[in-house]
Amino acid sequence: MALKQSTSQRVTMSVIAWLVALLIFFPILWMFLTSFKTEADAYAIPPKFLFFHWTTDNYAEVQSRVDYVRHAINSIVLSVGANVAGLLLAIPAAWSMAFAPTKRTKDLLMWMLSTKMMPGAGVFMAIYFLYLRGHLLDSLWGVGFLLMIINLPIIVWMLYTYFKEIPVDILEAARMDGASLRNEIIYVLTPMAVPGIASTMLLSVILSWNEAFWTLNLTNVNAAPLTNMIASFSSPEGDFWALLSAASVLAIAPILIIGWFSQRQLVRGLTFGAVK
Amino acid sequence: MGSIELQNVRKDFGAISVINDVSFKVDDGEFTVFVGPSGCGKSTLLRLIAGLEDISSGQILIDGKDVSNVGPAQRGLSMVFQSYALYPHMTVRNNIAFALKMAKQPKKVIDEKVKKAAAILNLTDYLERRPRQLSGGQRQRVAIGRAIVREPAAFLFDEPLSNLDAALRVQMRLEIGDLHQNLKTTMIYVTHDQVEAMTMADKIVVLNKGAVAQIGSPLELYNKPNGLFVARFIGSPTMNIISGAPAAKRNAASIGIRPEHVEFSTTAGEWPCKVRLSEHLGADTFVYVEGAATGPLTVRLEGEAPVEPGQTVYVTPKENRLHRFDKDGRSMA
Repeated sequence: MALKQSTSQRVTMSVIAWLVALLIFFPILWMFLTSFKTEADAYAIPPKFLFFHWTTDNYAEVQSRVDYVRHAINSIVLSVGANVAGLLLAIPAAWSMAFAPTKRTKDLLMWMLSTKMMPGAGVFMAIYFLYLRGHLLDSLWGVGFLLMIINLPIIVWMLYTYFKEIPVDILEAARMDGASLRNEIIYVLTPMAVPGIASTMLLSVILSWNEAFWTLNLTNVNAAPLTNMIASFSSPEGDFWALLSAASVLAIAPILIIGWFSQRQLVRGLTFGAVK
Repeated sequence: MGSIELQNVRKDFGAISVINDVSFKVDDGEFTVFVGPSGCGKSTLLRLIAGLEDISSGQILIDGKDVSNVGPAQRGLSMVFQSYALYPHMTVRNNIAFALKMAKQPKKVIDEKVKKAAAILNLTDYLERRPRQLSGGQRQRVAIGRAIVREPAAFLFDEPLSNLDAALRVQMRLEIGDLHQNLKTTMIYVTHDQVEAMTMADKIVVLNKGAVAQIGSPLELYNKPNGLFVARFIGSPTMNIISGAPAAKRNAASIGIRPEHVEFSTTAGEWPCKVRLSEHLGADTFVYVEGAATGPLTVRLEGEAPVEPGQTVYVTPKENRLHRFDKDGRSMA
């Protein structure tokens, strides 16, 4: 039954929606504006919103103080690399759960997801010492591996729900056509699941990009991604808001742009299976 | 070349026995139809033959070779699914070519075979389209094309016409019949529609609750059903089954007479009945009556019959077309 809304109701709803969106977006907006202020303006009370002396000095200082490009490349390599590797592991796993389930499959899925509920701080010491002994600290392979296994439960779960939507008889037709399991997955399953795989990858890349706890603790110089870069601007000398803002904007800009252009896939990924 | 034999095949899903000790043989080139009510196991039987499910016990032989442990692709069979199961991300050409690609055939051979299959099925103009751009009938033909191109020992059809509208169904039925004449390959066809079964089959296997009820040619099943189940399943409208006094009179627990095998009169006859309603199809009229001695009966009359609801009529069975059944529902000779 369609909801009958009068024009005034719809206008009110729109206004409320915009206010809520603005409220949620406000911290980022403020950060963006602050990045163009002088430090004095950044601390000013009452806070200056739009009318201040706009300057790009902060950005110049960030670039002179740290190597933005190296940090950015590390972020990209870690996020994309860890999740592509995760995808290669997750596709066969999700296949077996979706198309060859056993009595224990649901339990296994639940257990996998439950590992996400464990706080990283709980296992931090163990992982740290393992990495110390294994000479894996401050290496892309080391932290990349961890980022992959952190996201595996989510990738497997999301792929599982997408695979379940694929009609089994198309896969059976492929088997009758002589496709081995490998060919079935490569030529039939994966192409059909591409939208689902894209949404999943988008979500997990964003999660890895933002992962601060492990990247800050396991990397230092060589493998440090953008999260480290931001943290380095928080110093004992005090917080330089304007500088910090500039660094933060630089850190989140890539992912914000990607997210903007792939909104639809993101929403689909986050609401997977909600409507059948 | 394409003979298929089942020996004592059983299929259990957990504790439930879905296929119960089924044995029969399909000869090379035969068009065999598995027919039966929903849940009788006919699709499961087809899938066991295809290799998409494993049998719990028994043997399946293709051309005398035991294939019980052989995978679906190696059995040399092709299947046409009820939902067509076309690859949505591939063109019609690639859909048909997929099996040959999996068999690593050279490109020239693939192109040649696809061209031939498309020509047989009138798909030549649609080769570059995708499944979502095709009508139901065209999709069905692509599914058949995909099966043809493998040159299988036998074709397996799983209710291929159920998703089509009535007119298209009749047309496709004829096309499949033509295909069989053309290719002379063994075909096993599953349907719940007994009209399809009667019109297309060389041999019909009637299944009930996972077991074979009767096997025979369409007319054999029509004229000599071995029991109540087959008698009622084959023939449309269903055979009239009467128990009580009229059956006892003929030394049977129940008797059966088809709607088309009765004498119908408004003046005299064995069973007086009252007309409930009549259906006028033009070429036939079906009159539904209620008899005091017999219970409800269906009568088929040729042409038009001016009968009114509530009218008293008389129905007399033709004795030479009457079937007698014992108390276990089995046919008595």
